[in-house]
Amino acid sequence: MCLAIPGQVLSIDASGTLAREGSVAFAGVTKRISLAFVPDAAIGDFVIVHAGFAIARLDQDEAARTLAMLEAVPPEARA
Amino acid sequence: MRYVDEFRDPDAARRVADAIAATVTRAWTIMEICGGQTHAIVRYGIDRMLPGMLSLVHGPGCPVCVTPPGIIDAACAIASRPEVTLCTFGDMLRVPGHEQSLLAARTGGADVRMVYSPLDAVELARENPEREVVFLAIGFETTAPTSAMAVLQAERKGLANFSLLSSHVLVPPAMRQLLGDPTNRVQGFLAAGHVCAVAGYRDYHAIARQFRIPIVVTGFEPLDILQGILLCVRQLEENRADVENQYRRAVRHDGNRTARAAVGQVFEVQGQAWRGMGRIEDSGLALRSRFARFDAFKRFPEVRVPTERQTPCISGEVLRGVRKPDECPMFGKLCTPEHPLGATMVSSEGACAAYYRYRRAPEAA
Ligand code: SF4
Repeated sequence: MCLAIPGQVLSIDASGTLAREGSVAFAGVTKRISLAFVPDAAIGDFVIVHAGFAIARLDQDEAARTLAMLEAVPPEARA
Repeated sequence: MRYVDEFRDPDAARRVADAIAATVTRAWTIMEICGGQTHAIVRYGIDRMLPGMLSLVHGPGCPVCVTPPGIIDAACAIASRPEVTLCTFGDMLRVPGHEQSLLAARTGGADVRMVYSPLDAVELARENPEREVVFLAIGFETTAPTSAMAVLQAERKGLANFSLLSSHVLVPPAMRQLLGDPTNRVQGFLAAGHVCAVAGYRDYHAIARQFRIPIVVTGFEPLDILQGILLCVRQLEENRADVENQYRRAVRHDGNRTARAAVGQVFEVQGQAWRGMGRIEDSGLALRSRFARFDAFKRFPEVRVPTERQTPCISGEVLRGVRKPDECPMFGKLCTPEHPLGATMVSSEGACAAYYRYRRAPEAA
């Protein structure tokens, strides 16, 4: 139910606080999604989508940092 | 960056699992709160990659599972009225109430529809002014903003035929309830990333301090979960009880302010019954009086929400992490996804359904 999946904003078609929406591409499908809760999301950004709403904009730098931490895990533990 | 495959790399997973094994020196019990994480853990066999001293127990974070049967009864009663179209998420249709499920009510002639978004229900109301459209709204902090937006849109469109049957629940009060229970075994939490994407994790500092328990906000991909576990066991081994954020790409400390503002505008906090867990103070959301005309409880005042009756289903214990699904005598015998006795066997995020799907073959102990 809290299932939420990443998708990429392809277009932003309507604006206004309540009505902001656009199309978001997921693996294979494109859906109309409310962007009302991600006022800062721009075309090309990835967002997390739940029940027809983008609930968070994904931060690429933070994602890269998390992957780098995973990459660095942890030489001392393997010794 | 596609935000999926990068976080499923099996070599990295092995490495993090090794690091966990190298860190753990004694027995620890960690609970993943969210059913989505439970599903991923069982599906990818993450629990089987971990050292034997570390146990993962599954938490109450499945909104479908914790919706009390009395709400299903109320929804069925409302749906049975000839003028009503009742909408809800697909997962809810097969959840048993005391008498029947919404799917059975539909077979019996009720107009019950599955929607993907609460806005679809608003749209149905706009297209069908002669119908009373009721949306059975369930879900955690993640979902509450979508219900709030449905009410705000209905108000803006001046719809007189849309209402919300709200059974939303909030996570932190349930964490406190679990930790306050004398039988509690949980020593660390993986907090639910998507709940925190909306709500933030400000509320968790006080819980970590009061109960001296590490809390790691964690994502849903296998590498997220493994990293969340690693951060959590490091804290346990170092005798720390901090709040950490593993899921930084999606979660900010204050969550999503726009979404939170919508929830605060439409809802107020109230006590709420959880299936199998009883009533938890301040753990639910009711429509504010300004939105009373969109409140299905007010629109259909004759409809009652009966209190939960005893059944042989032990999902209350499963949801509190006290027992695992395969310890239930009904599991896979009298209770299957086709004939579920409890909600945890229905929802794709329910622990019983995850075990049924991925763990049914009996394994040598
Ligand atoms: S297996 Fe079925 S009866 Fe047993 S706890 Fe799970 S849902 Fe309830």
